Amino acid sequence: MNVGLPHFLTISAVLFALGLFAVMSRRNAIGILMGVELMLNAANINFVAFSRYVQHGIDGQIMAAFVIVLAAAEAAVALAIVLAMFRNFGTVHADTVQSLKR
Amino acid sequence: MTSDLVFILLALLTIVPAVWVVFSPNIVHAGFALLFTLFGVAGLYAYMGADFIAVTQMMVYIGGVLVLVLFTVMMTRVPLGKRANYGLDRFVPAGVLSLAVFGLLYKSITSVDWGAGHTEAVPTVAEIGTNFMTNYIFPFEYVSLVLLAAMIGAAILIREEKFSEDEPENGETEVQS
Repeated sequence: MNVGLPHFLTISAVLFALGLFAVMSRRNAIGILMGVELMLNAANINFVAFSRYVQHGIDGQIMAAFVIVLAAAEAAVALAIVLAMFRNFGTVHADTVQSLKR
Repeated sequence: MTSDLVFILLALLTIVPAVWVVFSPNIVHAGFALLFTLFGVAGLYAYMGADFIAVTQMMVYIGGVLVLVLFTVMMTRVPLGKRANYGLDRFVPAGVLSLAVFGLLYKSITSVDWGAGHTEAVPTVAEIGTNFMTNYIFPFEYVSLVLLAAMIGAAILIREEKFSEDEPENGETEVQS
């Protein structure tokens, strides 16, 4: 077996499908966020793999670094929203919170 | 041969806990499984010769994002009685759609000629640093602004308890007066 681009792309596709499944099936908002993290990681694997095997350069890795930074910012804000939601509604289930105000 | 074995182990380390992240009914178990998935992804980065990204992944994701997630899991509590994170009504469409997406992705992965070649891996840290300060200086500064805004926004969102406690009191005094 010669490990190359298709192997990494396949792993990334599996991760993306799993993340999509988590986003669509989880009721817990934190579980949905974990699914989003999986999908971001899948995209990041693609960036690095293409940068390594097709472009032979560094641009994809820099893009991956930006994605990691934005994922961290997104996680901070989303978890703050989850905490505020828990405070105001007493639940973290995304489908039971249906109003914008308490 | 050894490198193939390492790749297979890293792939298993990534995929198997990810399945657990998605299907575990216990959100704490899912969080800890996410740790192994992120670790496996960092290993894959290292395997591809992206040393800087691998270390960043470990520091930011495992050291930052995952700790945030676990803290939030511990600060919120799900009612113990109803444990079900899933309903079958969302299980089926989610499964169908994600399988369809995976099929589409796999079909395009196998059918497209990506023109992939193989080169030796070189150390990337110095080159990435130079690029951050030259070609990518604007996105670099911009993303720091985004981080600052996210930090302030998260702090304000968390502080909201005090504001929302003050407001009803004001409302009451207005009604009384």
